[in-house]
Amino acid sequence: MSKVESLRKDFPFFNTSDVVYLDSGATSQKPQCVIDAIAHFYATQNANVHRGIHQLSQNATSDYESARKCVAQYINAAENEIVWTKGTTESINLVSYGLTPHLSLNDSILISEVEHHANIVPWQQLAKRTGAKLAFIKVDSNGILDAKCIKEAIKQHKPKLLALSHASNVLGSINPIQDAIAYAKQHNCLTLIDGAQAFLHLAPNMKQLDCDFYVFSAHKALGPTGVGVLYGKYQRLQELDVFQSGGEMIEYVTLTHSTFRDAPGKFETGTPNIAGIIAFTAALNYIKAISNKELREYETRLFKYLIKQLQAIDGITLYGDLEHNIGTMSFNYKNEHCFDIASLLDTYNIAVRSGHHCAQPLMSALSVPGTVRVSLSFYNNTQDIDQFIFALKHAIEMVSE
Amino acid sequence: MNKNYQKIKQDFEKLGSWQLKYRELMLLGKNLPSLSDALKTNDAKVAGCESNVWLYTGFAEDETTVLCTADSDTRIVKGLLYIILTMVNGLTPDEIAKLDIADEFESLGLAKQLSESRGNGIRAIASAITQFAKAH
Repeated sequence: MSKVESLRKDFPFFNTSDVVYLDSGATSQKPQCVIDAIAHFYATQNANVHRGIHQLSQNATSDYESARKCVAQYINAAENEIVWTKGTTESINLVSYGLTPHLSLNDSILISEVEHHANIVPWQQLAKRTGAKLAFIKVDSNGILDAKCIKEAIKQHKPKLLALSHASNVLGSINPIQDAIAYAKQHNCLTLIDGAQAFLHLAPNMKQLDCDFYVFSAHKALGPTGVGVLYGKYQRLQELDVFQSGGEMIEYVTLTHSTFRDAPGKFETGTPNIAGIIAFTAALNYIKAISNKELREYETRLFKYLIKQLQAIDGITLYGDLEHNIGTMSFNYKNEHCFDIASLLDTYNIAVRSGHHCAQPLMSALSVPGTVRVSLSFYNNTQDIDQFIFALKHAIEMVSE
Repeated sequence: MNKNYQKIKQDFEKLGSWQLKYRELMLLGKNLPSLSDALKTNDAKVAGCESNVWLYTGFAEDETTVLCTADSDTRIVKGLLYIILTMVNGLTPDEIAKLDIADEFESLGLAKQLSESRGNGIRAIASAITQFAKAH
């Protein structure tokens, strides 16, 4: 058993459930240390942050700020470049809202067909508010986003902002963001990378990527739900308008006027998800202890095994980039509806996702109503895949009757 | 209740596992006539479904009993639609209004299919038919 494979035992879910969990793209399972950290906070440390002179509140604040430092170190950024949000969606909304005064009628925003609705709809809203145009990068018939197409679209549309996912939530394909960011920079185009799917698998390095904004959710990376991160280059964050306003984000308030704190404070109003944020430190420390190289090797081996098993079944169509992939696979069987296949798999305790995966434009590009999605993580093993393939073969028999 | 529906009920009562239930549903679904593409309009679509479901409510030629037609692009939902339509078609609006479709699904062992989280639209279909009956 490889070192990575032995980590499964750290996840209590697998000791208590018979479900073959192949839906990590939706949310990851949590290791014991994260579950413990949440319980520990509420049992022994519970206090609000930034508000009390008492020791308990100061301890909570100190842990809360340590969590920020922990994320910053992990992605090679500065502490003041990390904004806590409730998830990827809120992070993107924060940026899209904050950019409102910076866009106008003749500007354009460039996104791709592969994006999750969370990286489409907020930009549509920004376009509506500002009169800016929304432009799109096409995918090929397999749903793959090509670096050349991205460059051409930047050249053609001269966008103010390029918003791209690091990896597709439907196909797992890793998009050529390094090239895209470099090219966008040459054309004075801001870049936002949606790292919701990629963060856990690819350990992104902000200095290396050099994007303006990078967003992700804790819950897809072993952490609790309700915690997200917005990374932004400090100057870029400072330039954004405030998103939500209220307590904590202010410097000084009179009845008619307020001044705001500097970033990241000006974006963090109201009581945050303190326990969740502190528990995310536990998740990050857990991830840090695993060599990303070993994790990727293991996940890639597992993914190759999955592809081989699926390709051996007559009538299966696989989508996306099978080479550059975080371990997520979308497929269909002949013309069968993904809803039927996923419902039948469910009767075998196989948890996969089916449908349009909040990526309807991509479904249109692939000309399918939906797909069945298998998303792997390092705590999965070949037995999981064998059980899935066994169930899938039975499901196929049933729909073929 | 008509004979066809009674027969379905008897058959389903014997089915233990969801694998058997789905198998039976998919077989029943084959009996549901397909709507022509021209009738698969957005107006007829039932909102909130993971699959496409189209429903038409109306009356039979006798102008007193209800005749609904419906279709879906998934086998399982077609089976569920077949059951609902077999249950309600031929009844008067009064009879349908008195019918508790959720109760019927419970006794068929298909209650799970009516739950809000299923996203198969059966709940919305049931409520659309009940509303139609109550309005007439």
